[in-house]
Amino acid sequence: MAFFFEVVLGGLLAGVLYSLVALGFVLIFKASGVFNFAQGAMVLFAALTLVRLMGWVPFWIAFPITCVVMIALAFIIERVVLRPLVNQEGIILFMATLGIAFFLEGFGQTVWGSDIYTLDLGIPKDPMFILESVFDGGLLVDKLDVFAAAVAGALVVGLALFFQKTKVGLALRAVADDHQAAQSIGVPLNYIWLVVWSAAGIVALVAGMVWGAKLGVQFSIALVALKALPVLILGGFTSVPGAIIGGLIIGMGEKISEVYLGPIIGGGIENWFAYMLALIFLLFRPQGLFGDKIIERV
Amino acid sequence: MTAIPAAPKADTAAPLLRVNNIEVIYDHVILVLKGVSLVLPAGGIVALLGANGAGKTTTLKAISNLLKAERGNVTKGSIEAFGERIDQLTASDLVRKGIIQVMEGRHCFGHLTVEENLMTGAFSRRDGRGAVAADIERCYSYFPRLKERRKSQAGYTSGGEQQMTAIARALMSRPKVILLDEPSMGLAPQLVEEIFEIVVRLNRDEGVSILLAEQNTNMALRYSHYGYILENGRVVMDGDAAELRQNEDVKEFYLGLSASGRKSYREVKHYKRRKRWLA
Repeated sequence: MAFFFEVVLGGLLAGVLYSLVALGFVLIFKASGVFNFAQGAMVLFAALTLVRLMGWVPFWIAFPITCVVMIALAFIIERVVLRPLVNQEGIILFMATLGIAFFLEGFGQTVWGSDIYTLDLGIPKDPMFILESVFDGGLLVDKLDVFAAAVAGALVVGLALFFQKTKVGLALRAVADDHQAAQSIGVPLNYIWLVVWSAAGIVALVAGMVWGAKLGVQFSIALVALKALPVLILGGFTSVPGAIIGGLIIGMGEKISEVYLGPIIGGGIENWFAYMLALIFLLFRPQGLFGDKIIERV
Repeated sequence: MTAIPAAPKADTAAPLLRVNNIEVIYDHVILVLKGVSLVLPAGGIVALLGANGAGKTTTLKAISNLLKAERGNVTKGSIEAFGERIDQLTASDLVRKGIIQVMEGRHCFGHLTVEENLMTGAFSRRDGRGAVAADIERCYSYFPRLKERRKSQAGYTSGGEQQMTAIARALMSRPKVILLDEPSMGLAPQLVEEIFEIVVRLNRDEGVSILLAEQNTNMALRYSHYGYILENGRVVMDGDAAELRQNEDVKEFYLGLSASGRKSYREVKHYKRRKRWLA
C-alpha cells in the first residue's frame, strides 16, 4: 500500500511541473485566444537567463532581473509582432508565435550559450520520508518536487486572485470574450497584451526555474511544452484550475500506468499515456474538464 | 411614451460632435463613405437612417475610431468633438473623453456575468470602487431587468437583456456622447420600444447626447430630434425628425407609406428611378 501511495505522490508532484508550463499557455490563450507556441521557448529562455545571471550574482538578485528581462521581452513581442497583426485571424497569430519560438530558441542559446547548466536553488537534493507514523518506513518524496508543488500552488492562488478580483483581471477576461467589444468600451488591447505576455513570461520563468533545477538547464526544456499540450486538452484551454488539475491527473496517470500496467503490456507507457488520454478527451469532451463551454444562442 | 425633451436650440448649443465631409476607405480600395457631414448638438438625439450598407455603422465607427480594427481608414475630412479634432485619438482615449460606442449586435461578454459586464464599462475610470458601485446601482434603476439577472452569465440572457447590458455597460464609462448602433436589431417591437424609452430617459436625465444609427426609421424618428438619411455613403436628406416623418419621399421609401396608396410591383422601376434621382 505504501508503495502505491508513493507512486501516486511521485506522479502528482511530477504533474505539478507539467501544470506550471501549461499555466503560461492558459494565460495567453484566455486573454487573446492565441495558442502561444513559444511558451516552451520562453521557459528555456527564462531558465537560461536566470542560470547565467546566477553565475555572477546571487539568486535573489538574478530572479528579479530575469523578471524584468521577461517583461521587456513581452514589451518587444507586443510592439514588433502583435501590434502589426492586431485583429488578424487566430491562426495568423499562432503562426507568428511559431516564429517567436524559433527566434527565442536561437537567440537564447546564442547569447547564453548552449551548454547544459546546473541550476542550484539551494534545496537539498536528498529525499525525505513523510507520514512515517502511517506507513511502515514512510513515503519517499523528493524535496525539490515538494518545493515545486508549493510554488505552483502559490502561483495559482495569485493568478486566480488577479483574474477574479482586479480590474485588469476583469478586463483580461473581457478581452478573452470579445476583442472588439472590449476595445469599444475603452480597454486598450496593447496594454492588455503587454500585461498578459508579461505574466506568461514570469510563469515561464518559474517553470524554467523548477524544471532547470530538476533536469539541468538545456535545450530539452523547450520540449516540455509538448507535455503541456495534453494537460491543456484535459483541463481546458481557458481554465487556470484546469491546467493544474489536468497536470496532476496526467502526472499521476503516467506513473500509475507505468508501474502497474507496464509489466503487463510492456513498458514505455509514460511516453504516450498523456497523448492517448488527450485523444480520448478530444473525442468526447473537447472543451476539457474545466474549459469554458461554448455559449451559443440561436 | 416618455416625452422627448425639446430639441436643443441649434444656435445656443455649440455642436458637441461635428463630422466634416469624411471619406472612408476599407482595405485601401473599397470606398464606403463619400463625404458625410453631420452635427450632434449637446443634449440632442440624432438619428442616422438608411438601408443596409448605406454607411451608418461605418460613420459611427469612424467617430469612435474602431475602423482601424476592420482595416478602414478615414482618408478625407475631419471629425471634431468638444471643439477639438479627434480623428487621431484611439478608441480608449475617446472613451476617456466621453465618447463611447454601443456596437451593433450587442457584443456582451458572454462568459462574464451581467454585473461584471457593467464593471468592465468602468475600465477607463479612475475614481475608485465606491463610485463604480454607485453607478452600477444607477444603471439598475434604468434597467431593472438587469438587476434580476445580475449574477447570470450574459451569454445566457435574452437578446433584449443583452442589448440593455450593452447600453448600461457603455453608461458605466460616464459618457457625454453615446454612439448607439442599431439597438433594435433582432428584438421584438415591444422590447424595441422599451429600450428607446430608456434611451430617451438617459438623454433627458443624464444629459447624454446620442447619435443613433437605425434601420427602423419609424421608431428612430419618433424618438429623436433630428435625422440624417444616408444612401450609398452620402447624406441624401436631413431635417428635424418631425419634418422627416412628414416628408413624402421618406414616407414612401422608408416608412412604407405613400400618398397614392399601395403601389403594385409593376411600378418598381419607377421607384428605383426616383431613388436614384434622390441620391
